[in-house]
Amino acid sequence: MNSISIALLVIGVTFDLFGCIGLLRLPDIYNRLQSATKCVTLGTCSIMLALFLHYGFTAVGIKALIAIPLLFFASTVGAHALIRGSYKFGIKLTDKTVIDDYKEVEK
Amino acid sequence: MIAIFLYILIGLSFLCFIRVLYGPTMADRMVAIDIFGTIVAGICALLVIKTGRLFLIDVAIAWIILSFIGTIALAKYLTRKKLDE
Repeated sequence: MNSISIALLVIGVTFDLFGCIGLLRLPDIYNRLQSATKCVTLGTCSIMLALFLHYGFTAVGIKALIAIPLLFFASTVGAHALIRGSYKFGIKLTDKTVIDDYKEVEK
Repeated sequence: MIAIFLYILIGLSFLCFIRVLYGPTMADRMVAIDIFGTIVAGICALLVIKTGRLFLIDVAIAWIILSFIGTIALAKYLTRKKLDE
């Protein structure tokens, strides 16, 4: 493996680690999903890009390159739908919340 | 080198199940399942490099799509239950 692939793998595993720590430590579902979705999506996209750089333009490399926008759009759309559904379901925000803009939009 | 990354990612996927066990609401558990699916896609991508079995990238793509469908289904369920009441 060349050094760029190893650097991308290190970046990906580090961002996955930070995303999981945020999933465990943050106090609220909104904070948890904001941390976890962004960090883990970037980490796994970086691992896929490392796979593409390792294999080049073969079948596996092209599939890994296709998986990047698929993962990106699926994760963001799923996170947005889940956060909207949980707000409408009535899950409470944490006590340390400073501002809630979406309440005034719903009014 | 790749084996260390694999051990770290497998440990992280078990760390997600702590949130599945102790999550206060149903949406917390669903967030943890979603993140677990994304990490498993990363594990499959690392296993392609480690073992050389090339079909595992198809497993990763299928896992991403199934995780997305599950998340959308739960989001629709959470929204509609409020509208019915």
